[in-house]
Amino acid sequence: MQCISFEQIGVLHKRFKQLSHNEETLRRDHFNEIDDLAFNPIRAQIIEAFFDRRNFHQNGEGKVQEIGFEEFVVVMSHFRPPSAHMTEEQRGKTRREKLRFLFNMHDTDNDGIITLEEYRHVVEELLSRSGTLEKETAKCIADAAMLEVASISVGHMEPDEFYEGITFEHFLKLLERFEIESRMIIRFLNMDTTTLCK
Amino acid sequence: KGKKTLFQHLVFLEGSVFTVAVASSDQHSPITAHSGSHKATDHGSHNNTGKAFPVLDLNYENVRVPFEISLWVLLASLMKLGFHLVPHLSNIVPESCLLIVVGLLVGGIIRGTGETVPPVLDSKLFFYILLPPIILDAGYFLPIRPFMENLGTILIFAVVGTLWNAFFVGGLLYGVCQIGTESSSILSRIGLLQCLLFGSIISAVDPVAVLAVFEEIHINELLHILVFGESLLNDAVTVVLYHLFEEFSGIGSVTLLKGFLGVISFFVVALGGVLVGVLYGILAAFTSRFTSHTRVIEPLFVFLYSYMAYLSAEIFHLSGIMALIACGAVMRPYVEANISHKSHTTIKYFLKMWSSVSETLIFIFLGVATVAGPHDWNWTFVTVTVILCLVARVIGVVGLTFIINKFRIVKLTTKDQFIIAYGGLRGAIAFSLGFLLNKEHFPEREIFLTAIITVIFFTVFVQGMTIKPLVELLAVKKKQEAKRSINEEIHTQFLDHLLTGIEDICGHYGHHHWKDKLNRFNKKYVKKCLIAGERSKEPQLIAFYHKMEMKQAIQLVESGGGIKMPSAVPSTVSMQNIQPRPSTKPAPERAIPQLSKNKEEEIRKILRTNLQRTRQRLRSYNRHTLVADPYEDGLSDLFLKKQKMFQIEKKMNTYLTVPAPPPDSPTMCRARLASDPQAYSIKPASNKVPMIQVDLASPQSPDSVNLLDEFGQANQQEEEEQGLMMKPPSRPREAKKPSEEDEAKDQQRLMRCLSDPGPSADEDEDGAFLP
Repeated sequence: MQCISFEQIGVLHKRFKQLSHNEETLRRDHFNEIDDLAFNPIRAQIIEAFFDRRNFHQNGEGKVQEIGFEEFVVVMSHFRPPSAHMTEEQRGKTRREKLRFLFNMHDTDNDGIITLEEYRHVVEELLSRSGTLEKETAKCIADAAMLEVASISVGHMEPDEFYEGITFEHFLKLLERFEIESRMIIRFLNMDTTTLCK
Repeated sequence: KGKKTLFQHLVFLEGSVFTVAVASSDQHSPITAHSGSHKATDHGSHNNTGKAFPVLDLNYENVRVPFEISLWVLLASLMKLGFHLVPHLSNIVPESCLLIVVGLLVGGIIRGTGETVPPVLDSKLFFYILLPPIILDAGYFLPIRPFMENLGTILIFAVVGTLWNAFFVGGLLYGVCQIGTESSSILSRIGLLQCLLFGSIISAVDPVAVLAVFEEIHINELLHILVFGESLLNDAVTVVLYHLFEEFSGIGSVTLLKGFLGVISFFVVALGGVLVGVLYGILAAFTSRFTSHTRVIEPLFVFLYSYMAYLSAEIFHLSGIMALIACGAVMRPYVEANISHKSHTTIKYFLKMWSSVSETLIFIFLGVATVAGPHDWNWTFVTVTVILCLVARVIGVVGLTFIINKFRIVKLTTKDQFIIAYGGLRGAIAFSLGFLLNKEHFPEREIFLTAIITVIFFTVFVQGMTIKPLVELLAVKKKQEAKRSINEEIHTQFLDHLLTGIEDICGHYGHHHWKDKLNRFNKKYVKKCLIAGERSKEPQLIAFYHKMEMKQAIQLVESGGGIKMPSAVPSTVSMQNIQPRPSTKPAPERAIPQLSKNKEEEIRKILRTNLQRTRQRLRSYNRHTLVADPYEDGLSDLFLKKQKMFQIEKKMNTYLTVPAPPPDSPTMCRARLASDPQAYSIKPASNKVPMIQVDLASPQSPDSVNLLDEFGQANQQEEEEQGLMMKPPSRPREAKKPSEEDEAKDQQRLMRCLSDPGPSADEDEDGAFLP
């Protein structure tokens, strides 16, 4: 459902060739060569997101080892800004797509649920480049966040019930107010001329 | 109800007494009041020979000036007080309107008593005393993130919009003056340059008026920052245009070179102002790094450096407002990392207080100045001005939005445009600039002033009063009141890094990339210079988290020990529910003794009274030690009791608390230094304190309060059970150490809480520490 224009595809293709050293497919080590990414605390997750079948819009699962240009573009299309004239339904769909992408990044074991361990990992990675790795604090921040999700989504729980983890629906509810469709955007994919629906 | 009306009457009586006092005190001849000094005539004598020693004397002249000033400020404050006592008035009429009316009344009274109305809105007073606190308040608490995100839009509105307004109004006014009136009338003598100057004065949206009105309508953040940011940034344009046209009118000839120089001077004024502000901001941040031993004067540095920035910019005719904003915005993250909690509160409340008083005074003075005149009412000029201002504003906003929307991701809707156009209020800055005009160069000064005042009145009264119902009518999105959640904070950071990463993969250096680079530069070099000690390394997420936790702790203590849900969403979910159930260990069997309601009430009462007593007993008269000496007799025991109570609260708490960071972590150091420079060592926990341990089975059922050994000793095995509930059972037994640090931290926290008057629950205009 993402529409991308001719110019953008051209630019992306150029970049693809540049990253893959003119080969047909991209592999993980190609991504590792990007210098600017070295400073990014969550680079591992970002790279993984490109090789995650769930992001290819083909209802696949699991990881691949290398991707072609088509998959590259599909992953990039998650960051497209919303077009000016969108109905409410389209806007909702875009939201779900983007939040699904984020969800997939957190849910590393593909079981459809972000468990406490996975969430802890997320927070730890976020804090990993900040110098002082206070593991305890990271853990507790993650715990607090999880507690909040549970409070918002489930509300009432008996003392001996167990909250499995964040499902996609809970995730949607959690980030309701977040306005993700206007925040998760790369501006350079904003060129809005002749569109070609893929 | 009778008491309330009586009180209102008293306040208004006081107010009116003071207005009379103000009126009479403005006389130039010294008052020889007969009412108060009959004693003096008894004892003193006015004979020239053998003058007796005056036991009671009256000398008003010495104190006249401070006395008058204080009277004015007192009047302003009492009026502000009075309005909120009258039940429905503040809902219908915005405060600014009421204050102007009061000013009119005062002016009327003064004139009625036959005195000359003092020129209170003297430009020097306004620009150097009244305006800076308001701007500093705005700049210091400017929400950086939305401001930066919308900076392009704001700049376009501020610069292009103001220019358009100035030229449109000025030009058309000149046209009307020439064409529409007879050649002998006074209007036709107004030159083009004068009209343009007038246009530039009247076209600037005024931050004071905008603040005053927008404060009360609570619209969403985007619109607020757009209009408000515009009002702040258009100062540079106004300054340049004003000086430019003033110069030209004086000299009389306009050359292309001068026009070109004007454009250059705009950049100099704007960027120069910002540069001056940034310099002073860095100085302030650097100074605050060393204030750990003199906490008392920390707020003073903030105020002084900011004011110096403003004045320094004014020396060079740079934009003082932009300097002030830049100074406040730049110094804030670093200063806040360095100063104590109390200083932070002091700064906040002082800024709010001064800006509030300033605003009140400005509006009252506007009213008085209106009565004072001198006026020259000219129907044509005034009405044309008002209409042109409105039209120019609407056209400007609509036209600019059309262009801006091509570049914005979140487009501005028609509703937004309407609010932006309607919110373009004029205020006292325009009046003061008009007042500054030289009478020789501008014989039509009075016409201008009258027109300016009319426009101000129109915008403040008509637009100010109707904007609130219009906002309701149009169903404009309001400010979201909900608290920031930890999940949103996590995802904000996550998203930032994600977008930066994607930009790097694309090879496109967008604004995320540069923002990230700036952040890294900031972290690596700047913070090390400007922030004292360990605090410089604390990442934003952790800072945010500690801040939230602190707020929550303060809330708990203030609620007096009730079992209250601190989280926004009432739920019964607790830590147990999310901890992964280990497969090996069986759920521990706990025999929870039933506790009667009476006993529980008793416990609560003990806790509450202890807390109240401590509050009353806290003494700190010495300027050097603002916190009560913990070694003072009896107080330490009370503190320990509080600390135990606090531990109970923590366990009743469904929200997570972080285990105490190690004693020399940045937060701990800050906490320690903040509350009490003397409290470096903590007295060991006494064993004779009544201990109450609560098990968090379910916070709702009071039956789960488990009362151990009320007057016996604290048993050691309780340390093991005590630990924080979130530890998974597999964790090694380091229970002892964290709990000690816990106590230390709690005690510090409590001391901070108890000696702090306490931030109110509705404070939250300051976001996270770093942008």
